[in-house]
Amino acid sequence: MNALFYISGAVAVLSTIMVITRLNAVHALLYMIVSLFSVALIFFTLGAPFVAALEVIIYAGAIMVLFVFVVMMLNLGSRAAIQERQWLSPSMWPGPTALALILMVELIYILKRGGPALTGIQAVAPKHVGVSLFGLYLLGVELASILLLAGLVGAYHLGRRNPAREGKGGP
Amino acid sequence: MASVLIGHGLLFAGILFALGLIGVLVRRNIIFILLSVEIMLNAAGLAFVVAGSRWGQPDGQVMFIFILTMAATEVSVGLALVLQLYHQVKSLDVDAASQMRG
Repeated sequence: MNALFYISGAVAVLSTIMVITRLNAVHALLYMIVSLFSVALIFFTLGAPFVAALEVIIYAGAIMVLFVFVVMMLNLGSRAAIQERQWLSPSMWPGPTALALILMVELIYILKRGGPALTGIQAVAPKHVGVSLFGLYLLGVELASILLLAGLVGAYHLGRRNPAREGKGGP
Repeated sequence: MASVLIGHGLLFAGILFALGLIGVLVRRNIIFILLSVEIMLNAAGLAFVVAGSRWGQPDGQVMFIFILTMAATEVSVGLALVLQLYHQVKSLDVDAASQMRG
Protein backbone atom coordinates (compact mmCIF):
# COMPACT_ATOMS: atom_id res chain seq x y z
CA MET A 1 0.00 0.00 0.00
CA ASN A 2 3.00 2.27 0.43
CA ALA A 3 3.52 2.08 -3.32
CA LEU A 4 0.27 3.98 -3.81
CA PHE A 5 1.61 6.81 -1.67
CA TYR A 6 4.86 7.05 -3.62
CA ILE A 7 3.19 6.77 -7.03
CA SER A 8 0.74 9.58 -6.24
CA GLY A 9 3.58 11.65 -4.80
CA ALA A 10 5.58 11.19 -7.99
CA VAL A 11 2.55 12.14 -10.08
CA ALA A 12 2.07 15.25 -7.91
CA VAL A 13 5.68 16.39 -8.34
CA LEU A 14 5.67 15.64 -12.08
CA SER A 15 2.44 17.47 -12.79
CA THR A 16 3.51 20.44 -10.65
CA ILE A 17 6.72 20.70 -12.67
CA MET A 18 4.57 20.71 -15.79
CA VAL A 19 2.38 23.46 -14.28
CA ILE A 20 5.22 25.90 -13.76
CA THR A 21 6.84 25.22 -17.13
CA ARG A 22 3.80 25.50 -19.42
CA LEU A 23 3.52 28.61 -21.56
CA ASN A 24 -0.23 28.35 -21.99
CA ALA A 25 -2.49 29.07 -19.04
CA VAL A 26 -5.12 26.47 -19.90
CA HIS A 27 -2.52 23.70 -20.26
CA ALA A 28 -1.09 24.68 -16.88
CA LEU A 29 -4.58 24.52 -15.36
CA LEU A 30 -5.08 21.00 -16.74
CA TYR A 31 -1.86 19.83 -15.08
CA MET A 32 -2.74 21.73 -11.89
CA ILE A 33 -6.00 19.78 -11.60
CA VAL A 34 -4.09 16.49 -11.97
CA SER A 35 -1.67 17.68 -9.29
CA LEU A 36 -4.53 18.45 -6.90
CA PHE A 37 -6.08 15.03 -7.54
CA SER A 38 -2.81 13.30 -6.72
CA VAL A 39 -2.43 15.33 -3.52
CA ALA A 40 -5.97 14.23 -2.64
CA LEU A 41 -4.87 10.60 -3.10
CA ILE A 42 -1.88 11.25 -0.83
CA PHE A 43 -4.30 12.55 1.80
CA PHE A 44 -6.42 9.43 1.40
CA THR A 45 -3.49 7.07 1.81
CA LEU A 46 -2.38 9.02 4.88
CA GLY A 47 -5.72 8.39 6.55
CA ALA A 48 -7.44 11.72 5.97
CA PRO A 49 -10.46 10.91 3.77
CA PHE A 50 -12.46 14.03 4.67
CA VAL A 51 -9.68 16.37 3.65
CA ALA A 52 -9.15 14.36 0.46
CA ALA A 53 -12.79 14.97 -0.48
CA LEU A 54 -12.47 18.68 0.35
CA GLU A 55 -9.36 18.91 -1.80
CA VAL A 56 -11.23 17.56 -4.81
CA ILE A 57 -14.45 19.53 -4.21
CA ILE A 58 -13.05 22.94 -3.24
CA TYR A 59 -9.57 23.11 -4.77
CA ALA A 60 -10.11 21.22 -8.01
CA GLY A 61 -13.80 22.00 -8.23
CA ALA A 62 -14.20 25.61 -7.15
CA ILE A 63 -10.84 27.40 -7.18
CA MET A 64 -9.71 25.98 -10.51
CA VAL A 65 -13.08 26.86 -12.05
CA LEU A 66 -12.45 30.48 -10.96
CA PHE A 67 -9.09 30.37 -12.76
CA VAL A 68 -10.69 28.94 -15.90
CA PHE A 69 -13.37 31.65 -15.81
CA VAL A 70 -10.79 34.42 -15.60
CA VAL A 71 -8.59 32.91 -18.31
CA MET A 72 -11.61 32.67 -20.58
CA MET A 73 -12.76 36.23 -19.72
CA LEU A 74 -9.38 37.71 -20.57
CA ASN A 75 -9.46 36.41 -24.12
CA LEU A 76 -12.64 37.91 -25.48
CA GLY A 77 -12.20 39.21 -28.99
CA SER A 78 -11.83 38.17 -32.58
CA ARG A 79 -8.89 35.83 -32.05
CA ALA A 80 -10.65 33.97 -29.25
CA ALA A 81 -11.94 31.19 -31.50
CA ILE A 82 -8.51 30.50 -33.02
CA GLN A 83 -6.95 30.50 -29.58
CA GLU A 84 -9.60 28.15 -28.26
CA ARG A 85 -8.87 25.73 -31.10
CA GLN A 86 -5.17 25.87 -30.23
CA TRP A 87 -5.88 25.19 -26.58
CA LEU A 88 -8.00 22.16 -27.31
CA SER A 89 -5.62 20.61 -29.84
CA PRO A 90 -5.39 16.82 -29.39
CA SER A 91 -1.61 16.96 -29.05
CA MET A 92 -2.11 18.47 -25.59
CA TRP A 93 -4.24 15.64 -24.23
CA PRO A 94 -1.85 12.68 -23.70
CA GLY A 95 0.17 14.19 -20.83
CA PRO A 96 -2.59 14.97 -18.35
CA THR A 97 -4.57 11.93 -19.50
CA ALA A 98 -1.70 9.55 -18.74
CA LEU A 99 -1.13 11.05 -15.31
CA ALA A 100 -4.86 10.99 -14.55
CA LEU A 101 -5.05 7.35 -15.72
CA ILE A 102 -2.34 6.40 -13.21
CA LEU A 103 -4.41 8.04 -10.47
CA MET A 104 -7.57 6.30 -11.67
CA VAL A 105 -5.89 2.88 -11.58
CA GLU A 106 -4.80 3.61 -8.01
CA LEU A 107 -8.33 4.68 -7.08
CA ILE A 108 -9.88 1.54 -8.58
CA TYR A 109 -7.33 -0.57 -6.73
CA ILE A 110 -8.22 1.12 -3.44
CA LEU A 111 -11.95 0.69 -4.05
CA LYS A 112 -11.53 -2.99 -5.01
CA ARG A 113 -9.36 -3.66 -2.02
CA GLY A 114 -11.56 -1.82 0.45
CA GLY A 115 -10.87 -1.76 4.14
CA PRO A 116 -9.70 1.18 6.21
CA ALA A 117 -6.15 0.08 7.00
CA LEU A 118 -4.15 1.70 4.21
CA THR A 119 -0.58 2.41 5.21
CA GLY A 120 -0.53 1.29 8.79
CA ILE A 121 -1.52 4.82 9.71
CA GLN A 122 -4.64 5.18 11.77
CA ALA A 123 -7.34 7.03 9.81
CA VAL A 124 -8.97 10.09 11.39
CA ALA A 125 -12.71 9.94 10.79
CA PRO A 126 -14.62 13.01 9.54
CA LYS A 127 -16.60 12.94 12.79
CA HIS A 128 -13.51 13.67 14.86
CA VAL A 129 -12.54 16.48 12.51
CA GLY A 130 -16.01 18.02 12.87
CA VAL A 131 -16.01 17.72 16.65
CA SER A 132 -12.61 19.37 16.82
CA LEU A 133 -13.52 22.04 14.27
CA PHE A 134 -16.72 23.14 16.00
CA GLY A 135 -15.46 22.59 19.51
CA LEU A 136 -11.85 23.50 20.13
CA TYR A 137 -11.45 25.64 17.00
CA LEU A 138 -14.81 27.44 17.09
CA LEU A 139 -13.14 30.85 17.28
CA GLY A 140 -11.11 29.98 14.20
CA VAL A 141 -14.31 29.13 12.32
CA GLU A 142 -15.78 32.51 13.21
CA LEU A 143 -12.60 34.27 12.08
CA ALA A 144 -12.69 32.29 8.84
CA SER A 145 -16.26 33.43 8.24
CA ILE A 146 -15.21 37.08 8.75
CA LEU A 147 -12.31 36.49 6.33
CA LEU A 148 -14.70 35.07 3.73
CA LEU A 149 -17.02 38.07 4.12
CA ALA A 150 -14.08 40.46 3.70
CA GLY A 151 -12.96 38.51 0.63
CA LEU A 152 -16.46 38.69 -0.84
CA VAL A 153 -16.73 42.45 -0.34
CA GLY A 154 -13.17 42.99 -1.61
CA ALA A 155 -13.66 40.88 -4.73
CA TYR A 156 -16.93 42.65 -5.51
CA HIS A 157 -15.34 46.06 -5.08
CA LEU A 158 -12.25 45.23 -7.15
CA GLY A 159 -14.13 43.36 -9.86
CA ARG A 160 -16.56 46.22 -10.54
CA ARG A 161 -16.01 47.95 -13.86
CA ASN A 162 -15.42 51.65 -13.38
CA PRO A 163 -16.40 53.46 -16.59
CA ALA A 164 -14.92 56.81 -15.47
CA ARG A 165 -11.42 55.37 -15.04
CA GLU A 166 -11.64 53.02 -18.00
CA GLY A 167 -10.74 55.68 -20.57
CA LYS A 168 -7.78 57.05 -18.65
CA GLY A 169 -6.14 53.68 -18.16
CA GLY A 170 -4.13 51.82 -20.73
CA PRO A 171 -0.67 52.38 -22.14
CA MET B 1 7.50 2.06 8.91
CA ALA B 2 4.84 4.68 9.41
CA SER B 3 7.37 7.29 10.50
CA VAL B 4 9.38 6.74 7.30
CA LEU B 5 6.19 7.38 5.36
CA ILE B 6 5.60 10.57 7.36
CA GLY B 7 9.13 11.75 6.59
CA HIS B 8 8.62 11.16 2.89
CA GLY B 9 5.27 12.95 3.04
CA LEU B 10 6.98 15.99 4.51
CA LEU B 11 9.61 15.66 1.79
CA PHE B 12 6.90 15.73 -0.88
CA ALA B 13 5.40 18.82 0.77
CA GLY B 14 8.81 20.49 0.71
CA ILE B 15 9.34 19.64 -2.97
CA LEU B 16 5.92 20.99 -3.91
CA PHE B 17 6.53 24.18 -1.91
CA ALA B 18 9.92 24.67 -3.59
CA LEU B 19 8.32 24.18 -7.01
CA GLY B 20 5.69 26.81 -6.17
CA LEU B 21 8.39 29.20 -4.98
CA ILE B 22 10.36 28.67 -8.20
CA GLY B 23 7.17 29.37 -10.14
CA VAL B 24 6.63 32.66 -8.31
CA LEU B 25 10.22 33.74 -8.86
CA VAL B 26 10.58 32.67 -12.49
CA ARG B 27 7.26 33.37 -14.18
CA ARG B 28 6.18 36.91 -15.07
CA ASN B 29 2.60 36.14 -16.06
CA ILE B 30 0.32 37.07 -13.16
CA ILE B 31 -1.96 34.05 -13.67
CA PHE B 32 1.01 31.71 -13.28
CA ILE B 33 2.16 33.60 -10.20
CA LEU B 34 -1.28 33.10 -8.63
CA LEU B 35 -1.20 29.40 -9.59
CA SER B 36 2.22 29.04 -7.97
CA VAL B 37 0.93 30.68 -4.80
CA GLU B 38 -1.86 28.09 -4.81
CA ILE B 39 0.74 25.32 -5.15
CA MET B 40 2.62 26.71 -2.15
CA LEU B 41 -0.53 26.94 -0.01
CA ASN B 42 -1.45 23.40 -1.02
CA ALA B 43 2.02 22.17 -0.03
CA ALA B 44 1.70 23.88 3.37
CA GLY B 45 -1.66 22.17 3.85
CA LEU B 46 -0.11 18.83 2.88
CA ALA B 47 2.55 19.30 5.55
CA PHE B 48 -0.16 20.01 8.13
CA VAL B 49 -2.16 16.91 7.20
CA VAL B 50 0.95 14.71 7.22
CA ALA B 51 1.93 15.99 10.65
CA GLY B 52 -1.64 15.52 11.89
CA SER B 53 -1.74 11.92 10.69
CA ARG B 54 1.58 11.25 12.41
CA TRP B 55 -0.14 11.68 15.78
CA GLY B 56 -3.57 10.45 14.70
CA GLN B 57 -5.13 13.76 15.71
CA PRO B 58 -7.67 15.83 13.72
CA ASP B 59 -5.86 19.15 14.32
CA GLY B 60 -3.84 18.92 11.11
CA GLN B 61 -7.00 18.45 9.05
CA VAL B 62 -8.70 21.38 10.84
CA MET B 63 -5.70 23.54 9.96
CA PHE B 64 -5.96 22.37 6.35
CA ILE B 65 -9.60 23.51 6.27
CA PHE B 66 -8.51 26.97 7.45
CA ILE B 67 -5.79 27.06 4.79
CA LEU B 68 -8.41 26.08 2.21
CA THR B 69 -10.65 28.97 3.32
CA MET B 70 -7.76 31.39 3.11
CA ALA B 71 -6.74 30.12 -0.33
CA ALA B 72 -10.29 30.55 -1.64
CA THR B 73 -10.47 34.13 -0.33
CA GLU B 74 -7.01 34.95 -1.65
CA VAL B 75 -7.72 33.60 -5.11
CA SER B 76 -11.03 35.45 -5.46
CA VAL B 77 -9.47 38.80 -4.51
CA GLY B 78 -6.37 38.02 -6.59
CA LEU B 79 -8.36 37.19 -9.70
CA ALA B 80 -10.44 40.37 -9.29
CA LEU B 81 -7.11 42.24 -9.21
CA VAL B 82 -6.00 40.37 -12.35
CA LEU B 83 -9.12 41.51 -14.19
CA GLN B 84 -8.58 45.09 -12.99
CA LEU B 85 -4.90 44.95 -14.07
CA TYR B 86 -5.85 43.66 -17.49
CA HIS B 87 -8.39 46.44 -17.96
CA GLN B 88 -5.88 49.09 -16.87
CA VAL B 89 -2.68 48.08 -18.65
CA LYS B 90 -4.02 45.60 -21.25
CA SER B 91 -1.39 43.05 -20.28
CA LEU B 92 -0.90 40.19 -17.85
CA ASP B 93 2.80 40.92 -17.41
CA VAL B 94 3.53 42.01 -13.86
CA ASP B 95 6.49 44.10 -15.06
CA ALA B 96 4.05 46.20 -17.08
CA ALA B 97 2.41 47.23 -13.80
CA SER B 98 5.64 48.12 -12.04
CA GLN B 99 4.83 51.79 -11.65
CA MET B 100 1.86 53.35 -9.91
CA ARG B 101 -0.05 56.22 -11.36
CA GLY B 102 -2.52 57.70 -8.91
